[in-house]
Amino acid sequence: MIRTLPSSKAYTAAFNGFIILYFTFLFAPLIVTMVLAFNDSMFPALPWKGFTLDWFFGEGPEKIGIFHDKSNLRSIGVSFRVAFAVSTLATIIGTLAAFLFEQENFRFKNFFYFLMIAPIVIPGVILGISILLFANTVGLFFENQMGIDIGILRPGFWLVVLGQFSFITTIVTLVIIARLRKFDRTLEEAAYNLGANRFEVIWHITLKYLRPSIVGGFAVAFLMSFENFNTTIFLVSSEATLPINLYLQVRDGSTPVINSISFLLILATSIVAVINLYVGRRKNKRAP
Amino acid sequence: MMMSKLRTIRWSFFVFFIPVFLWLFLLIVLPQLELLRMSFLGTDYYGESGVTFDNYWAFFSEPIYWLTFVRTALFSILVTLIVLLIALPVAFYITKVASFKITGFLMVIILVPFWVSELIRVYGWMILLRESGVLNHFLTSVGILKVPVEMLYNDITMIMGLVYTTMLFMIVPLIGVMESLDDALIEAAHDLGAKKLTIWRTIIIPYSMPGIMSGSIIVFMLVLGSYLTPNLMGGKNSLWFTEQIYNQMIIYFNWNQGAAFGFMLLLLSSVIIWLALKLTKQDWRSVIK
Repeated sequence: MIRTLPSSKAYTAAFNGFIILYFTFLFAPLIVTMVLAFNDSMFPALPWKGFTLDWFFGEGPEKIGIFHDKSNLRSIGVSFRVAFAVSTLATIIGTLAAFLFEQENFRFKNFFYFLMIAPIVIPGVILGISILLFANTVGLFFENQMGIDIGILRPGFWLVVLGQFSFITTIVTLVIIARLRKFDRTLEEAAYNLGANRFEVIWHITLKYLRPSIVGGFAVAFLMSFENFNTTIFLVSSEATLPINLYLQVRDGSTPVINSISFLLILATSIVAVINLYVGRRKNKRAP
Repeated sequence: MMMSKLRTIRWSFFVFFIPVFLWLFLLIVLPQLELLRMSFLGTDYYGESGVTFDNYWAFFSEPIYWLTFVRTALFSILVTLIVLLIALPVAFYITKVASFKITGFLMVIILVPFWVSELIRVYGWMILLRESGVLNHFLTSVGILKVPVEMLYNDITMIMGLVYTTMLFMIVPLIGVMESLDDALIEAAHDLGAKKLTIWRTIIIPYSMPGIMSGSIIVFMLVLGSYLTPNLMGGKNSLWFTEQIYNQMIIYFNWNQGAAFGFMLLLLSSVIIWLALKLTKQDWRSVIK
């Protein structure tokens, strides 16, 4: 049953078979998507018509590869800018929140903790529409009462950033809290005794200790922002992010250029995930 | 000396508290209240707006709305159960059965699809399963099928897609709890003659309960709020409640109706999670960790 206990051959074989099936199930769609990016066909389907790199570098007119596909390139650019803004904001506020909930005591702390967790149990669709409605109401209020037009309250780049930020910050906070909880606070006390003030302690000691989780939180936030659809769809303007742009192409059918985008994304996210894991592990080993 | 230290500590409290408060208040609390407020507003025949229950009345009087609602809830529970049934043995295999040499590797590769956008994973299934898809190509060329069959756009495929896209959110917390399960407990039970099922029922599952609950809650929420998978794999008659919200908000531009639907979904998810925690006697703090 477990490593140290003997099991019948049939049981072990069945269990191994199940795991192989599971991993096939897990990777089949990704591998098929990646392989078909190199098929010399106008459709993302078999039969195999030969190897080509046209869906990456093709300049048209028949086959336009991703590196010449203006609409998709633009949306990739938008996604990068959104993800960068979201993960920067979420990392800063998430770090502050981790300190707040781990190192401070205040009234209604449990209530605020619950509120901080809430964004991950609210469906993304609801976060999207509620922020849209609220921004719209506030925007109308400022316009009617004071005659000020506030651009960031209309659907567009900043509203998408705020919408994604609202729940991604929770994830970053939880990642950082997990590490802060293991922090040995006698280190802080030693620094206080040596005459450091609160901010010197945080800057020189606690933040140094937290660095792997801050980097990890940033990476997680970046990836989550980059692939978000449910919240973004309600807050986006004509400046579509990549998932929104791809959704329309997937729904209505498209050339294998989607496969080449997927290929690049799968490759890039795998690299980021593996680096993140490797760095996290090495740092964990080094820390006591 | 003591006073100044105290004062700086209070000051640091506000540096932490104010941004966090602004985040939670402006982006979570007020928008949810606004959602509730909007759901009670509407315009009457004469174009005058006022407080009304019409948006909720429409929900209960139109069978298509509440049937979709019930269907979404039941399917979400079903998907969560299927995910749990598959994830338990997989997590167990990775933490307790696989040889130490490959556990690290398995944990890395199990996480890779988790980082790939949901849209791309669904797209992968679409090119595998559709009528002109890869699976049909294989089956017809091998001779199992005479003509290609449309395998997309039905409930079973949709459930499979939802299981696929949310699976890892169950496996990760399960691996987390099972890692700390002491092998000696299982060995002792085995030496005392317990059967595998008994070991699962009396040791592994009770021990993994916090992980099972947090995984189930996340999976349930993701399935309930899912839009892409039902929309793309379930086809025209997928009838998922998020699609009704999307239609009201974006297609009919009826924000008040959309707000009412959104609030119903929020209520549904809160009630089901609350019930699940009550039934299994778990505290939300131990589940979140």
